[in-house]
Amino acid sequence: MTALLDHLETARSAGRKLLVPYLVAGIPDVAGFPRALETVAAVADAVEVGLPYSDPLMDGPVIASASERAIRSGVGPLSALELASTATTTCPRIAMTYYNPIHRVGEPEFCRVAAAAGFTGIIVPDIPVEESASLRSAAAEHDLAWVPLVAPTSSAERVKSIAATATGFIYAVSTLGVTGARTSLSERAAPVVAACRAASDLPVLVGIGVSTPEQAREASVSADGVVVGSAVVRHVLERGAEAAAEWLASVRTALDA
Amino acid sequence: MRPENAPDHAGRFGEFGGRFVPEALMRALDELERAWEKARADASFGHELDALLDTVVGRPTPLYEAKRFSERAGARVLLKREDLAHTGAHKINNTLGQVLLAARMGKKRVIAETGAGQHGVATATAAAYFGLPCVVYMGATDVGRQHLNVVRMELLGAQVVPVEAGSATLKDAINEALRDWVANVEDTHYVIGSVVGPHPYPEIVAALQTVIGNEARAQCHELTGGLPDEVVACVGGGSNAAGLFRGFYRDESVALVGVEAAGEGLNGRHGASITKGTPGVLHGARSLVLQDDEGLIAHAHSISAGLDYPGVGPEHAWLAATGRARYESATDEEALEAFRILGETEGILPALEPAHALAYVLRGKTEGTVLVGLSGRGDKDVATVASALDG
Ligand SMILES: Cc1ncc(COP(=O)(O)O)c(C=O)c1O
Repeated sequence: MTALLDHLETARSAGRKLLVPYLVAGIPDVAGFPRALETVAAVADAVEVGLPYSDPLMDGPVIASASERAIRSGVGPLSALELASTATTTCPRIAMTYYNPIHRVGEPEFCRVAAAAGFTGIIVPDIPVEESASLRSAAAEHDLAWVPLVAPTSSAERVKSIAATATGFIYAVSTLGVTGARTSLSERAAPVVAACRAASDLPVLVGIGVSTPEQAREASVSADGVVVGSAVVRHVLERGAEAAAEWLASVRTALDA
Repeated sequence: MRPENAPDHAGRFGEFGGRFVPEALMRALDELERAWEKARADASFGHELDALLDTVVGRPTPLYEAKRFSERAGARVLLKREDLAHTGAHKINNTLGQVLLAARMGKKRVIAETGAGQHGVATATAAAYFGLPCVVYMGATDVGRQHLNVVRMELLGAQVVPVEAGSATLKDAINEALRDWVANVEDTHYVIGSVVGPHPYPEIVAALQTVIGNEARAQCHELTGGLPDEVVACVGGGSNAAGLFRGFYRDESVALVGVEAAGEGLNGRHGASITKGTPGVLHGARSLVLQDDEGLIAHAHSISAGLDYPGVGPEHAWLAATGRARYESATDEEALEAFRILGETEGILPALEPAHALAYVLRGKTEGTVLVGLSGRGDKDVATVASALDG
């Protein structure tokens, strides 16, 4: 069992819903990021760290522009790993990156650097299960948990083969579309979670478009927890990490209610 | 049987190609692949498409002997006149085929990216013909420099959405079109404009453009009694080049030459992904891309919006790797000069994209008969050329 899964299972077996916020590495700025990561980690079960990328095609305006801003300040996908390693926290960190930076430095080398920087898992939104075998085995070698995404358009057959690769949790994409706030939780979230459940015993977290405490609560009725991205990034950029953590605490309260 | 230059079942041309996309798109790509295989095997699809190519596009386009230009080039230069295709470029061969396929698949809406605006105009035209709503994503930089085509798309009933992100050019327009597609994948077909993107797009687009090479080969026989010594085409994503090259792929005596954008020079900003790129994954496929050591995609540059792209279709990366085709490049300045020379010697204003292919021919390094893909006409570029020549 990966360290990440072990950590999540401990929380899950205590009846706790999992809260995984997402931050883009390098926000609000280079110097402030490690502290922002620590602050958010204090109210999280794990933190997803987005490595800035030039062509983030799964991301909506909030995360895409945060990513562009981080790159302009000199934070690239590799230097982001190092920057994240300077944060002091025991909360597991998961790297979210598009595939090209991994391809560029080489799959084993990327996994080695990520593990050395203290990461415990990776999420790669643009590599389908058919293409990910060698990356998954490189990740396993460095005890990096693999967190695959399942979409509302995934057939039952695909859900089965995707779920079989998960070694951290399963990321259930709640809606068709890019990251960003939505006014309500998509009615497609519950069926995706159900499909993941039917295929695996691993924790299932709902992400993409979860942007209010109410939506988090609603999603976690069937799921084991939520990933919250754009809403957290927006809070950090507009009001700072402390305010983001306060807001996350309200999500926590909703999950515990 | 699979022709040797078609991709394998996973969409690979050698080590290039494949499918690197979000899970949300996998079902749509599977569906598209199946629909394409079915259409190819269905004679009625072929007949319908041929009729569209005859009556909408005006095919076949002529093969034209450029006699006075030949004197300047020191070789016998034949031009495959895709500039005379309806809407003014080769792009329409692809869009009619894809929108016909989309209509057969029951899709209710089409989207496209565009660089020079030619693919956007061609998609808007096909969408109007089939009565489907059409949204075209276009980098804000390109909206400025290809204004004529923006107006044309709007007059054809399409909605043009300027994209401000990144370099605000073709690469970013593709990102935005992919974002739209992820959100609307169930009722929308994404009409990709070149031999790029995830499998099966590179194969679909190349197959639909092969009409250029097949016609050119037969016309060359008729005109000269034989084959050309060299076939030359500009390469942005590489669709006009792939279509032309496929007509001559098996003719081993024919040299295939792709010409990329050298922009301000190969040591400055450019779009020469094969000449200067490294293996990478961009827009859903593994190919050669311009990128830094961490895998961040570079901002390309070319005076021609259609070649201003930091990637290239996997088929070309593979043709380069196997040595079957050779890739050269031409600068902005050389392309402008070639643009002017073709106008003065032949009375033809080429688009700035194929002006790069002409610039290579003007170097006088070619001998015998050279068949050049004149992929589009230059009306859209008149303002750019005028201000460049003034400056
Ligand atoms: C006239 C013309 N030629 C060439 C291109 C480049 O595309 P490709 O390399 O796919 O032929 C474009 C693209 O906009 C174009 O408009």
